[in-house]
Amino acid sequence: MRPVYLIGASQTPVAEHWNRSLEELAGAALYGALGDAGQPAIQALYVANALGGLLNKQAQLGAHLLAATGLSAIEGYSIEAAGASGGVALRQAFLAVASGVYQCVAVVGVEKVTDVLENELNVALATSLDAIAEADQGLTLAAGWALLQQRYGYEYGYDASSFAPWPVAAHANAIHNPNALYRFPLNPAKVATAAPVATPIGLLDSSTVADGAAAVIIAAAPSRGGDGARAPIRIAGSALASVALALGARPDPLWLDAAARSAGAALTAAQVNVEAVNVAELSDQHGIVAALSLEAAGFAPRGTAPRLAADGTYAQGGRLPMATAGGCKARGDTVGALGVYQIVELAAQLWGEAGPLQVPGARVALAQCLGGLGATAATHILVKE
Amino acid sequence: MELAKHWRLKGARYRLEGVRDGRTNTITFPPPHVPGPDDEPVILSGRGEVWSWTAVENGLDAWGGRYIIALVKLVEGPLVTAQLTDVEPDAVHIGQPVEMVTRKLRELGEDGLLVYGYKFRPLLLQ
Repeated sequence: MRPVYLIGASQTPVAEHWNRSLEELAGAALYGALGDAGQPAIQALYVANALGGLLNKQAQLGAHLLAATGLSAIEGYSIEAAGASGGVALRQAFLAVASGVYQCVAVVGVEKVTDVLENELNVALATSLDAIAEADQGLTLAAGWALLQQRYGYEYGYDASSFAPWPVAAHANAIHNPNALYRFPLNPAKVATAAPVATPIGLLDSSTVADGAAAVIIAAAPSRGGDGARAPIRIAGSALASVALALGARPDPLWLDAAARSAGAALTAAQVNVEAVNVAELSDQHGIVAALSLEAAGFAPRGTAPRLAADGTYAQGGRLPMATAGGCKARGDTVGALGVYQIVELAAQLWGEAGPLQVPGARVALAQCLGGLGATAATHILVKE
Repeated sequence: MELAKHWRLKGARYRLEGVRDGRTNTITFPPPHVPGPDDEPVILSGRGEVWSWTAVENGLDAWGGRYIIALVKLVEGPLVTAQLTDVEPDAVHIGQPVEMVTRKLRELGEDGLLVYGYKFRPLLLQ
């Protein structure tokens, strides 16, 4: 295994891109990242996408996007692991470069969801659940997290308002992110009075799934960027873990075991303690997802994450700023592309290019994305050298 | 149309038929996706209690859009995802005793074929 570096990053705005196709979005992000990295020659393309076959009726996105961007001479394929697709694709890139097979590769995450109506989208998102045990009973992704929040609140003594700090902080951050879907503030009272989606989760504690693409360039040698000013970013840890898709098939549903094991393995590989992490991007489609992810990764003891959130721990200026560009709630949830957006945003933090969202002195960053109800978890540790 | 798929599931859906691992005596429901060498069928009692629940407001159209879903802890041990029926959300609580009933889950395809399966309702007789 040799060191692996992130040398370029780019994203499109997260939006309802009525006038842009999946291919256009992916191409824009890929060209942007290649330009950011100084136009290196890439040897492979890993496409992260969760819903293309279901919503866009298009499979083989690797070959398809390589042809569309004139790169058919190299290899490429798509990777599907629901909301973890982006992290899993990044892991493929990491393994290809770490092993010595390739010198420089690209990861592009893309999701195009607004060509269908809401029910079709929700049916597609529910394919990340266990089809027979859960989706056939009418479970949706939001309802699955609601089951966990209801039980979590019962066991640890929280109500729905205890989860409001996450959407409130995410919206406060996204005001400064020109690529975010929602750039307006939220207050806890608004979150509390929003229409219910799946009790106890309400509309304003629920992320919106939208279109977008993000890309990163991964290489065996560091690059200082076009103007020579950037510090190298090393992918110091990369780990993937999984558990049963169905909540009922897990011995302890409130413990996201895949998230815990992938975070633990990535931190071990990077030789850093969880206390050394300066900034994090986690799955935060609802406050409960953030809470369970923080506890699984070891940032908070079980049952304490909402109390820590209420103290501002995860907001700008807190001990562990997360969702610094708005997270799933306010930047928008791009499903299969989410894990790549996280890396683009954290690279900006480590390069000191995050503007008003900058976490001062950020050196170690953790990114984790989850598939379905945490059945797949991909964690990466980025370290500024 | 998925007709064969739903037919294959008839044991679990209509009789709450799970499996017992003959070696460890562990009971699994719904039955495991990949059968084990020591699995033997076992019909569950259908009794259990609500472990968690949610009133879904923007559910899937084919299931009617609004419904209550629970994780039900069966007395034999398994934790099962299923809808609650014959009850309103304000009368549901964690720990509530429930029993299995057979109900229509959804209509399937253009012909509106009916898919039946298990739901749970508050226990009628203690």
